Amino acid sequence: MPTKSYVQTNINGESVEFLAEPRQSLLEVLRDTLQLTGAKEGCNDGNCGACTVKMDGRIVCSCLVFGVEAEGADIETIEGMASPEGLHPLQTAFLENAALQCGICTPGFLMASKALLDHNPNPTEGQIRWWLANNLCRCTGYDKIVRAVMDAAQKMQA
Amino acid sequence: MKWIDYARPQTVAEAVQLLTERGDGARAMAGGTDLIVQLRVGRRQPDHVVDVKHIPDLNEVNTSGGGVTLGAAVPCHIIYNNDAIKDAFPALVDSASIIGGTQIQGRASIGGNLCNAAPSADAIPTLIALGATANVSGSTGERSVAIEDFCTGPGQNVLGADELLTSISIPAQGANSGARYQRFIPRNEMDIAVVGVGASVTLNNGSFESVRVSLASVAPTPLFVTEINDELAGKDVTDENIAKAGEIAKDAAKPISDMRGTADYRRHLCDVMTRRVLSDAITRARGGNVDAH
Repeated sequence: MPTKSYVQTNINGESVEFLAEPRQSLLEVLRDTLQLTGAKEGCNDGNCGACTVKMDGRIVCSCLVFGVEAEGADIETIEGMASPEGLHPLQTAFLENAALQCGICTPGFLMASKALLDHNPNPTEGQIRWWLANNLCRCTGYDKIVRAVMDAAQKMQA
Repeated sequence: MKWIDYARPQTVAEAVQLLTERGDGARAMAGGTDLIVQLRVGRRQPDHVVDVKHIPDLNEVNTSGGGVTLGAAVPCHIIYNNDAIKDAFPALVDSASIIGGTQIQGRASIGGNLCNAAPSADAIPTLIALGATANVSGSTGERSVAIEDFCTGPGQNVLGADELLTSISIPAQGANSGARYQRFIPRNEMDIAVVGVGASVTLNNGSFESVRVSLASVAPTPLFVTEINDELAGKDVTDENIAKAGEIAKDAAKPISDMRGTADYRRHLCDVMTRRVLSDAITRARGGNVDAH
């Protein structure tokens, strides 16, 4: 008789435990079990990046990770980006630069952009576009997204 | 997705035992970026997923002695951020930096790219060009397989049901050697090769000592075009001889027509891409720099 697995993990700095079927993706667990609905299901096959979360220091498509793989991991989601004091500079820059239309891709773009700036605080436009190639925006607002990331990088350095 | 069992072995022996017990019903997983998609659409239907990326041996990168041994689960980002690999095996960086995007490269491994055995795999022509071998552990012991003999059909490889790819060994390339991988895609990134070419050359003053060229996306498995070495070894490094290699690649290709390109278009690309990739490999062999992408 199939049974669910017990998983203990860390999400946005807090210890979290859940039960999951091994076939469930981390994305399904985040959204349906833990009600962390910031990560979106777009393509469900690793192309669109709407489900991007950080796992043990690297961004991943949470649709391509089993929930049970989260055992012992450190996971960051979009829900952990803003602080009680206010929005993250990237979130502010996305708003000020109108870097979203429908908004479905935005959590993924923000998670990926944050990982980029953590790793390279002053990226060139080319580096931003290359890094964000795994995130798709079907409203095709790429130019504003790239400009928002450059704007945030500049403000975070100031 | 149908029900699966999941195991996270900590040693090669434990993983081999699980694979042996479950036989064809089990499949090893490293990054999972191919396998999870295949499970979801039903293209592969194992009952048991054996997650091998927590086995320490499978995460080792050993660059001592001029060659490199890559644990089968080492993800792409480790490869293109490793200074010793960047210095000695830039062609491996060419491949690792264009498999998927940033998110995929955090998980996907070169070993998984090999085992998945896609005709379009971006790492396999590079491994063939570099003369790499696959190290395999099974219930009856260990064996090594030349990469050009590893894939047996689209999505199929030589591994028995009880066998696990543990590492890939790439020999030292020696002085005056250079290698390159490039694929042709209609976008800048995040696409599947219409044609991919991996090549390595060893030069002796102004002539070719040896040339290894392998093609992706033009046959049921990555193609090793040994006829190019037969033609070029001992010959001068000239545009005419590089053009001959392009012609040979074009003749060796057995492409199909699909949404990415017609067979004729792919044959033409084999010629063009082989010449480009050989020129870049020669530049690297002479100590010059060629950016990965």
